[in-house]
Parts: sequence; C-alpha cells; structure tokens
Amino acid sequence: MPIKVLIPTPLRPYAGKQSVIEVSAQTVGEALSDLAAQHPDLRKHLFSEEGKLRSFVNVYLNDENIRYLSENATPVKETDILSIIPSVAGGV
Amino acid sequence: MALRIPRALYDQLRQHGEVTYPHECCGVLVGEFDEAGGKVVKAAVQCGNTRTDSPQNRYHIAPSELVRIQREALLAGQDIVGFYHSHPDHPAQWSSTDLDEAHWTGCSYVITSVEKGHAVLTNSFLLLGEEDEKRLEDELYELSAE
Repeated sequence: MPIKVLIPTPLRPYAGKQSVIEVSAQTVGEALSDLAAQHPDLRKHLFSEEGKLRSFVNVYLNDENIRYLSENATPVKETDILSIIPSVAGGV
Repeated sequence: MALRIPRALYDQLRQHGEVTYPHECCGVLVGEFDEAGGKVVKAAVQCGNTRTDSPQNRYHIAPSELVRIQREALLAGQDIVGFYHSHPDHPAQWSSTDLDEAHWTGCSYVITSVEKGHAVLTNSFLLLGEEDEKRLEDELYELSAE
C-alpha cells in the first residue's frame, strides 16, 4: 500500500530534491527498501555497509521510533507517515 | 546573504542560553530556503536538552521533537533550516563534538557563547560535505527587522 516518507533536508539532494516521497510497502523495512530502490543514492546515507540503519539516522512511524516498535518488521497502513530524522546533538 | 534572521528571534535564542545557563540550551530554526541557497528564519523553536547527565557541556534534541517540528514546518510550507545551542563559558565556536554530531548538511548551526549568564557572541556555521568528510564553515548572517 502507498505510504508517505518525509525526507529531511540533508537527504533531499539524493532523493530528487523532494521533501515527501510515496513508497509502496506493508512494513517499515519494505518502505525503506522501496525508497532506496526509487533513489539508489540514498542507500549509503541511510544504511551501513552491513545494511543496518546508520546509528545517527532515526526513523519514526508517525510519532514512534521504530527501534521501540518492531523495527523493519513494523507493519504500516496507508495513513501512516514515515519520518527520517538525523540526530541533532553536540557540545563544547 | 547566507542566513537571515529576525532580530527578535536572534534575541530570543540568545536569551534562551541565558535562561538555561550554566547548562547548554538548544533549539530548531524553522524557515525557508531561497533559490540562491540562502536561508530565512521564521521561527526559533526552543527544545529540551535530553543530556541531563551532562547538560553543562552537551546537548541533544529528542528525535520525537524533531519529528513534530519537521512535520509542522512542512505543513506550513516551511522547513528545518538549522539549529542553535549555547556554550556556557566557552567560545561561540564549533567543537569536535559539535562536528561529530552534526548530520544536517546544508543547515546552519548557530552557537552563542554565554559567559557568567550573559549572552556574548553568536556565530553561525554551515554544515557541508558528506558524512565521512563533513565540515563546518563560518557562515555570514544578517539580522532583519522581521
């Protein structure tokens, strides 16, 4: 089923400059795979060489971090919004 | 001009650092990117610092806050254009930690030095490059009336 993925500013150059991309998926994992299939340049910015999400990349299904759901196995429905959010931190 | 920020928001983000002193403050800059690659700030959203273990020299914005801010910004036809935080009793200059933890390429990272509770200098830095060769460069900013 189609669901929307919100693309953050730093990843838009690799996603055709789009801020919202529609993918076809039944799970979060399928959504991210479809996203990378549509825009292959995104792959290395989202995933490590082992195929796992990079540590500073957070993926939220609506308002919940997928790490606290079923991660890639988390089911999605048509009204869901997937947000990709790189972390923001720092200090002196 | 690379970054344009209303005077009122500039004062607001500096005051945030004074309020949270001696801890680091942090927040999100929401606005618009223009055709020339510049940014216009429309809002400075104060965020909580989740680094309650070391707030005097570390900050972290909860991803759940960023998700909400990004979603609301996009609905309003705007975008996340940068972030701000303070350096209590430290220079308004990015640190190795700031660079290591910066991942929003193309966005501004605004830093204010807060000395003994008073905001002193505010600098802006632009994050450039891909993750394995990223860098923060000095960024000019201009204060506007609104």
